[in-house]
Amino acid sequence: MEHFLGFALPGIPYGCTYAIVAVSLVLTYQATGVFNFAFGAQAFAAAFVFTVLTENHHMAGWLAFVISVVVMSPLIGLAFDRFIFRHVPNSNTTAKLICSISLLVGIPTILPVIFGPQNLDDTATIFPFFNPNVVYFTVAGTPVNGIYLATITVTAVVLVALTILLRFTNLGLQMRGAVESRRLVQLDGVNSGGVVAVAWAVSSFMAGLAGVLLAPIFGTFQSDTYATLMVAAIAAAAWGLLRSIPIATGVAVLIGVVSTTLQGYLPTGSLLYSAVLPSLPFFVLVGALLFLPGMRALDSSRDPLATIDPPPPPTAVASRAPSMDRIIRILWYVVLAGFVVSMLTWIPNTWEGVFNSGLALATVFLSITLITGMAGQISLFQATLAGVGAFTAAQLANHLGLNMLVGGLIGALLAAIVAVIVALLSLRLRGLGLALMTLAAALLFDNTFFNAVSITGGAQGLSLQAKWLGTSEFFNFNGHALFILSFCVLAFCVFVVLLVRKGTAGRNLAAMRGSETAAAGLGINLTWQRITVFALAGAIAGLGGVLVTIQQQVVNAAQWNYAFSLIFVVLVVSTGVSTVEGAINAAIAFVVIQQVLTYLPARLGGNSLTIVLFAFGALQFAKHPEGVLEYQKRKGTQRFERLFFSGKDTRDEKNTRDKKDTIGSAVSTSGANG
Amino acid sequence: MASDDVLLSMRSVSKSFGGVTAVHEVSFDVHAGESVGLVGPNGAGKTTLFNCVCGQLRNERGDISFEGRPLDGLPTYQRARLGIGRTYQKVEVFTDMTVHDHLLVAERARRGTGRLWKDLLNMSAPTSEELAKVEAAMELVGIADMAETSVNALGLGHCRLVELARALAAEPKILLADEPSSGLDLRETAEVASVLRTVQRERGTAVFLVEHDLAMVGDVVDRTVVMDLGTMLADGTFDEVMANPSVREAYLGQMGAA
Repeated sequence: MEHFLGFALPGIPYGCTYAIVAVSLVLTYQATGVFNFAFGAQAFAAAFVFTVLTENHHMAGWLAFVISVVVMSPLIGLAFDRFIFRHVPNSNTTAKLICSISLLVGIPTILPVIFGPQNLDDTATIFPFFNPNVVYFTVAGTPVNGIYLATITVTAVVLVALTILLRFTNLGLQMRGAVESRRLVQLDGVNSGGVVAVAWAVSSFMAGLAGVLLAPIFGTFQSDTYATLMVAAIAAAAWGLLRSIPIATGVAVLIGVVSTTLQGYLPTGSLLYSAVLPSLPFFVLVGALLFLPGMRALDSSRDPLATIDPPPPPTAVASRAPSMDRIIRILWYVVLAGFVVSMLTWIPNTWEGVFNSGLALATVFLSITLITGMAGQISLFQATLAGVGAFTAAQLANHLGLNMLVGGLIGALLAAIVAVIVALLSLRLRGLGLALMTLAAALLFDNTFFNAVSITGGAQGLSLQAKWLGTSEFFNFNGHALFILSFCVLAFCVFVVLLVRKGTAGRNLAAMRGSETAAAGLGINLTWQRITVFALAGAIAGLGGVLVTIQQQVVNAAQWNYAFSLIFVVLVVSTGVSTVEGAINAAIAFVVIQQVLTYLPARLGGNSLTIVLFAFGALQFAKHPEGVLEYQKRKGTQRFERLFFSGKDTRDEKNTRDKKDTIGSAVSTSGANG
Repeated sequence: MASDDVLLSMRSVSKSFGGVTAVHEVSFDVHAGESVGLVGPNGAGKTTLFNCVCGQLRNERGDISFEGRPLDGLPTYQRARLGIGRTYQKVEVFTDMTVHDHLLVAERARRGTGRLWKDLLNMSAPTSEELAKVEAAMELVGIADMAETSVNALGLGHCRLVELARALAAEPKILLADEPSSGLDLRETAEVASVLRTVQRERGTAVFLVEHDLAMVGDVVDRTVVMDLGTMLADGTFDEVMANPSVREAYLGQMGAA
């Protein structure tokens, strides 16, 4: 028994840290309706500023704590509410997810750009009442030090305070009402804007507290331990159906205890120890998603007053006059021909490489256009699928000497199979549930297959042993072979996506996006459509991954980890997820901006600033769900038409007239439409 | 009606949610080409029964069969392909889609002929036969002039007509219309009633109508079934069931029954 307790007790502080994050997620979801992926970003911001103040400015710990956690964190929460989530309709799950993911991606990236990188592991001096280095007593032979006591005490205080706030105060009652519909509770005389703002401030304070407390243990946003923390917390919150604080806490502590107990009993060299044990939180999350019917209905709550929202704007293509369409199509062909000729003639090698990367990345991004743009679902493991394609092709090339093109096709097939398996597991999940399931799949891959040196070559990755075309100069196309390959693969994928969109599958997906109930009632096999779209998107992502590998001649796991899946979604959504051009624009803009930034000082170069630009672009999703570029395109089209086609009956004007004719009754249907 | 032309048969169908019994031991038939009204106060279990027939809910007990074929275990889309069309109490249209595309989706989904390989070989363009059926359904319902309009720009009345046309484009053998007059004014209600009568008389489609507007029910149906609190109260002609004291009590309470 003492043996068991010796293994189990050290798990309690870990479980408590998971619990703090889990109940914070529950609080935010209960009070604002947002599943706050950005929680980690808020925690990071507080820990980062705390470290800057204590380490760089030698400020006293308590003062730094007051500034970063008590003052700054709630202000961040208020800013989130005021500038972002207040504008997101409660019924728009995609917009809520995209905004919180953008913040998760953007904030941890911009802080080091502003303040320079910090080592958060040094932040060990904030426990005011307990000394982390003193062993206060022992339980069953386990020494209990200040960190244990501080974590358990803080968790207990936080749990009691939150339970009282949500269950026994008038503010908690108003929060629970406002989460369904801010507008509805306003009609009852409640200042719902204020109530939700307070909820954001409180949850952000919790994030700050967690960040400063946990930074020494869990490091930064992209680290593995941080991912484990977030998934364990999400898993615990999920078992509590994002509602129950006691269940979330219990499951969180259980995950901590079971982890350390298994760690004690499993033989250290075994596969179970190295692969399954670190994946325990992911299995717990997947279990909740698979077996709890409540997780399937997470997004079912609809704002009863959503009917007063105007319908979404049409895309630029839909609103253009036919004559404009022709002009734009011709211009596109001219630009495309110009691009191809330039790439084959005068563009310098560096920039040819940049554009080649853009074309390869665009192929991966097209998979997001398929799933999010056409099927209306969010998948957070597209980078993983690209990685599956890339590693498969590289392994086949290195071990069997298979040509990268043939290996690439096999890689794409394997990526499609992986995508289908995840699709089959998540058939009943929608919106947030599907996003969580795909995120869990991405993290599971990062922890297992991508972590295995025999598969991915460890930190150095796999270097390709042979060029994809061999060494023959004849096939080298005067040094432009990579461009021709990337261009052809992308063109093929674009062609496939356009054909699918134009065909029966595209119409069926559009119908499913509008109403799954009605689509099934018409005879559309939703299961098959979903599997098809996942398989196609998986294959396309896999091909993109192979292209990137061919260009770079090396592939490693860090290139395709879960964080990139999040970043890719943010990139595509910020430009325009509903059109094929959106994916291409996103990829080309990303690589071009990245290249331009290399001319700036080192701290501003690289990925960071580019990701920040796109992340903040994606925040516009709340106001312009069609994407910023798509929005600008529509505006530009309207301006152009006013200048050159004034007096003619454009489609947009016609639509507007139709809307005015039926404005009274449109009010009552837009809710059902949305 | 002869017993051998039974289209939809329900036998002792029951469905409960937690402790609440929504439908209890309901049994009746709808014959081919017949028009049946299903009426009852709110909470009577009418929409739940529709959902059980369409497969959007699974009945816990009892049997539902269509043309003699048991529907148990069949998913919703397969039941639709057998010839069960449906409109919804809360309008379910496909955002961003034009009226014409709504009907095209329905026409093709019902036959289940869409194939991914056809899409990839650019062989999915609508055939002239499909276009003719879509056109006919729009003409029947009177929405042909708004074929290229996005449903986002339509009002509730037009959306209900789009739903109706979408269900009819698939040429169902039975149309389950769930409160089609809900939210419509008198003129629009009359339009919907006229379409339902035409569908039944000219196409021979059976109409199974859930409706609160009793005038409309009396105008459209051959037979009326009344439900209250999940159980079946009466089955007969509209005038017969309206004269039934237990029906009057369910609608009007003790005073009305007296």
